[in-house]
Amino acid sequence: MDLIFEGVVKAFELLFGLDPEVMGITALSLRISGTATLISLVIGISTGTAVALAEFPGRKIVISLINTGMALPPVVVGLIVSILLWRSGPLGFLDILYTPTAIIAAQFIIATPIVTGISLAAVQQLPKKLRLQVLALGATRLQMVWILLREARLPLLAAVMAGFGGVISEVGASIMVGGNIKGYSRVLTTATVMETGRGNFEIAIALGVILLILAYLINLVLTRIQQYERPR
Amino acid sequence: MTGSGHILSASDLLVERGGSVILDRVSCDIREGEVVSLIGPNGAGKTTLLMALSGLTRLNGGKVLFRGREVGKEIAGLPYRRKIAVVFQEPLLFNTTVFENIASGPKIRGSSSLEIRRTVSEQMERFGIPHLADRSARTLSGGEAQRTSLARAFATRPEILFLDEPFASLDPPSRDSLIRDLEGVLNQTKTTAVLATHDRTEALMMSDRIAVMLAGKIAQNGTPEEVMNRPADPDIAAFVGAETIVTGKILRRENGTFILSAGSSEIEAAGEGEPGELVILFVRPENVTLTRRATKEQSSARNMFPARIVRLIPAGFYFKAELECGFPLDAFITGRSVEEMGLKEGTEVFASFKATAIHSIRKK
Repeated sequence: MDLIFEGVVKAFELLFGLDPEVMGITALSLRISGTATLISLVIGISTGTAVALAEFPGRKIVISLINTGMALPPVVVGLIVSILLWRSGPLGFLDILYTPTAIIAAQFIIATPIVTGISLAAVQQLPKKLRLQVLALGATRLQMVWILLREARLPLLAAVMAGFGGVISEVGASIMVGGNIKGYSRVLTTATVMETGRGNFEIAIALGVILLILAYLINLVLTRIQQYERPR
Repeated sequence: MTGSGHILSASDLLVERGGSVILDRVSCDIREGEVVSLIGPNGAGKTTLLMALSGLTRLNGGKVLFRGREVGKEIAGLPYRRKIAVVFQEPLLFNTTVFENIASGPKIRGSSSLEIRRTVSEQMERFGIPHLADRSARTLSGGEAQRTSLARAFATRPEILFLDEPFASLDPPSRDSLIRDLEGVLNQTKTTAVLATHDRTEALMMSDRIAVMLAGKIAQNGTPEEVMNRPADPDIAAFVGAETIVTGKILRRENGTFILSAGSSEIEAAGEGEPGELVILFVRPENVTLTRRATKEQSSARNMFPARIVRLIPAGFYFKAELECGFPLDAFITGRSVEEMGLKEGTEVFASFKATAIHSIRKK
């Protein structure tokens, strides 16, 4: 019991004392996962919207591929990105393995199907006739897409949250392609794994608490979105 | 404006989806300023025809001419869509305030904010919703939401308004008051309108012309009286009902009933209405009694009309007699009566019905 109690007390000392190492790791995590999510939003929302609104042969197959991608295991992504970025690999010339950029790339691959899938569902759940209504109001195709995205803004926010939540808590790919290098590519999850392995529970608990707070905030927003009603 | 006076002219519209024909080579003309109702049972193709006329669905054949110019060829889709407006059964409001909803059409067209504010307040005034301006569309009642949707449609100053069952989800009081207001606005703005509805009362109240749709075709197209009183075939008759309809103006009220002038006759009917108002009367053929001769006091009684049998049509155990008595009227009579009274086409008779046997609705 002492182990847990002392660990928690020390963890809160680290947190409230704004321990430079803990803060540094948190800032890096937010920067990496934030960047990966941001890029995945650009690709994911446009792809999701296009698939939701367009009619083309093989559309159902594309949708099932996207849905499969939503459950992509991070270690598999880590493996693929590692192979690609390996010095003798096809993208080895970039020389970015074991850098924050490599983590961003891996997290982008994890987040994009999640954002795409949820955006697709967000646009599809709008009333079918809303698209016709917008066109009948005299909108161009571009205006129509913009208005529909604005109408789907809350479920799209869910896509942002789910994408970010997926990558901030992911550990496998980050450790494989980032290398967990102190002060350089060490993020919340990889640090937690390492400190726990070393028996440094106070730091591990502090990092865990930060992850929990982030998870709580993300779910708070998601719950608010779910409780929101659309106008008729 | 074309020489024919048709604002919209559709020919051979064909719409097929998933291997089945939904619109089967439909042609129709809409005159400037008229209100046309498309009536018919669910699945008859009313909505599809509306979508085809408004350029919102892909055609498998045929063409739509707007003021003589073919939509999609001589006038592109976007400029055409900016001359029309569509209101659906669901209000389909945007998740924002009532004001912003009504402003959406002008905003899409890039109107100035001054112009937008003027248009929006004018439309809110018209539909009696200025007090809702800042309300979120999510919090509106069904009636308020549909008023907002109509105001949003009129804010684009459409030359043709397409209405797809706009009142079907409303409770009767909201529906009636909205129909009344919409009629007022249509009259005032002289907007051409095409209304799809499965409710013949709505069609009678609103329209100058009615087209009956059955199985993807326009089965009959004419004035409300023509379509209702002389359905072209048994299927149409089954849909529009057997009642004779008579339109007339209320002359005066007399202890609980009103006196209506219809054609050259006066009809007494029970119901709501004030002098000067137009009403539509429904007379069921089984409530009409025929006699060869009338006693003196009978013939001076209310709702007893000298009539001539125009046609006598066998209908099972009955005959349907189409009468002319200053207005068209149908009566059911038994085969035995036909024989006993010696009725045939051209026979002069007296037709009567009770004031309380008449169902009436106010037209405008």
